[in-house]
Amino acid sequence: MTLFFVTSFIVSIMAASTPLLLAAAGELIVEKSGVLNLGVEGMMLIGAIAGFATAHATGNAYAGIIAAAMAGIAISLIFAVLTLSLLANQIATGLALTIFGHGFAALLGAGYVGIAAPTLGKLAIPLLASIPVLGPVFFNQNILIYASFAIVIFISWFLRKTHAGLILRAVGDSHDAAHAMGYSVIAIRYAATAFGGAMAGIAGAYLSLYYSPLWSQDLAAGRGWIALALVVFSAWRPFWLLAGAYLFGGITFLSLYLQGLGVPIPSPLISALPYVGTIIVLVLISRDSRRIRLNQPACLGKYFHAVT
Amino acid sequence: MAPIKRRNFTALLGASALAAPGIMRAARAAAPVKIGFVYLGPVGDFGWTYQHDIGRKQAQAALNGLITTTYVENVPEAPECQAVFENLAASGCKLIFGTSFGYMNYMLKVAAKYPDVKFEHCTGYKRAPNLATYDIRFYQGRYVQGVIAGKLSKVGLAGYVASVPVPEVVQGMDAFLLGMQSVNPKARLKFIMIDSWYDPGKEGDAAKALIDQGCDILTQHTDSPAPLQTAASHGIKAFGEATDMISFAPKTQLTACVNEWGGYYTDRIKLLLADKWTSIDTWGGFDTGMLKMAPFRNMPNSVEKLASLTVTSISSGKNQIFTGPLTDQSGKIFLAAGQTMDDGTLSGLQTLVSGVEGQLT
Repeated sequence: MTLFFVTSFIVSIMAASTPLLLAAAGELIVEKSGVLNLGVEGMMLIGAIAGFATAHATGNAYAGIIAAAMAGIAISLIFAVLTLSLLANQIATGLALTIFGHGFAALLGAGYVGIAAPTLGKLAIPLLASIPVLGPVFFNQNILIYASFAIVIFISWFLRKTHAGLILRAVGDSHDAAHAMGYSVIAIRYAATAFGGAMAGIAGAYLSLYYSPLWSQDLAAGRGWIALALVVFSAWRPFWLLAGAYLFGGITFLSLYLQGLGVPIPSPLISALPYVGTIIVLVLISRDSRRIRLNQPACLGKYFHAVT
Repeated sequence: MAPIKRRNFTALLGASALAAPGIMRAARAAAPVKIGFVYLGPVGDFGWTYQHDIGRKQAQAALNGLITTTYVENVPEAPECQAVFENLAASGCKLIFGTSFGYMNYMLKVAAKYPDVKFEHCTGYKRAPNLATYDIRFYQGRYVQGVIAGKLSKVGLAGYVASVPVPEVVQGMDAFLLGMQSVNPKARLKFIMIDSWYDPGKEGDAAKALIDQGCDILTQHTDSPAPLQTAASHGIKAFGEATDMISFAPKTQLTACVNEWGGYYTDRIKLLLADKWTSIDTWGGFDTGMLKMAPFRNMPNSVEKLASLTVTSISSGKNQIFTGPLTDQSGKIFLAAGQTMDDGTLSGLQTLVSGVEGQLT
């Protein structure tokens, strides 16, 4: 294998992994605040169509990203109102959000089928981009791939090193204690849910503006669910999330790549391999159940109602 | 008019009762006949289902006033599709088109249950007195693509983004490579099966993998424009699928096989209206107008001319594509010189011709 192949191989894996990472990073913050939003897939689809439609209307893909984030926030707030203010069941509401998002995105997107919109270009960083291998991999990507790394580093730092991160974790681990200390549990959870919505929306825009730049009804193809699973299997640790997303993207791409090389792999196995592989590896790395219990937000999915 | 007395009032009642069925029959004849369509994907897939829906609209326009059409989209190839067919039959549809292979056994059951309703199954092979089958000879278009690819590929290696290893896909790969080898005997073909007919992300990834492995021209047997877009971003040429996808890749798409169902649907519905519908198997190609090539673009004039000539010779039956000698991957001749493969063998084809890299699994 020449250097060129190695490079384009890595670049392809990064492209496949980024949407998972973006959506999962958002969901990680949501879950750390004690909220379980299963509507990631629906929010991604809404983000994808909002981003595509806006990019089409304005001719600017970056405007599409902003619109996707806004749309993601808007739809996640529906979830927040229902579950946090009206105390609806989070699991049922999250599932409903996915179903709603799927249908609503299809409705909004009916007029956008079969047309092209501006796509997200690559931003080469001068000089650095011309380094062999490292240049194309790290310094000649689109803005969302850079952002996905920045966000993982940011949320890791935020959760461990900042006071605000500590408060967020407190809300997720013991909302009664956080409430007794005077923090507004509901407001913090609203903010976390909105962040998750924005990230899912952006992940959707990544799909419709870069990864497969078009609108189609089932564009997310289950990636929202994978993102959800990655959060759990990474035991709520941002860098393990990064590893999990790249593992999944890597196995997905590798299994296609091997087939192209003539290795006879049955195609249904190729479909299943990324799921099986990711689950096995993540189960192995997180078999320390103490660590999972340590990291799992104790109030995940529980109702909170202030009694004072 | 005579005043209505009890006796002639009763007679009047009797007369109208006698007349009623006649009146109702007249009303029924005037009411448009309902035609149903069942789709696998969304009408917005811009590929397979999209083309069927265009066909439905063309039939509706051609027979306006005589028929009403209705469709159900996103119907999985699973037991629930049976309920969809039954609902359409029970709601008064007289002819129902099922447009995906996996509906076959369910349609067979529903057809037995509703003998008065006619059914047509696309790409299937099981028939009944009220269940016909129809399909397009897609491989003819793929041969034409192969001829173009053979002329344009510098390394003589084409990439084929494939879906699942069914005979239709095998025919497509073989025909593409035979076309390619007709102008470049050393041409080879690599393929990747993605185990799905529609998954833009995976289709694009498969296209990337093929390009990484040295293919310098791509074609696809999956329904989204993603492989075409990937080819565009890598600066190589490619072919669209099922519909003209030029708007997604104006400088990349060479042509595309375009499925034209409208004429077929119109003809079949006309036969139904004339009470002349019979259960037959239709496998149409260029000659019937069911298959067309999208305008040839992004290629030199000489290649365009050759491609047009190829279409003509296939359409006239001069070029049958699957004519011997054909060698399989192990180098064994599986169709002797001078022979032409019969439709029965062709429709169950599972042999890859020599030059295709990779195996069916």
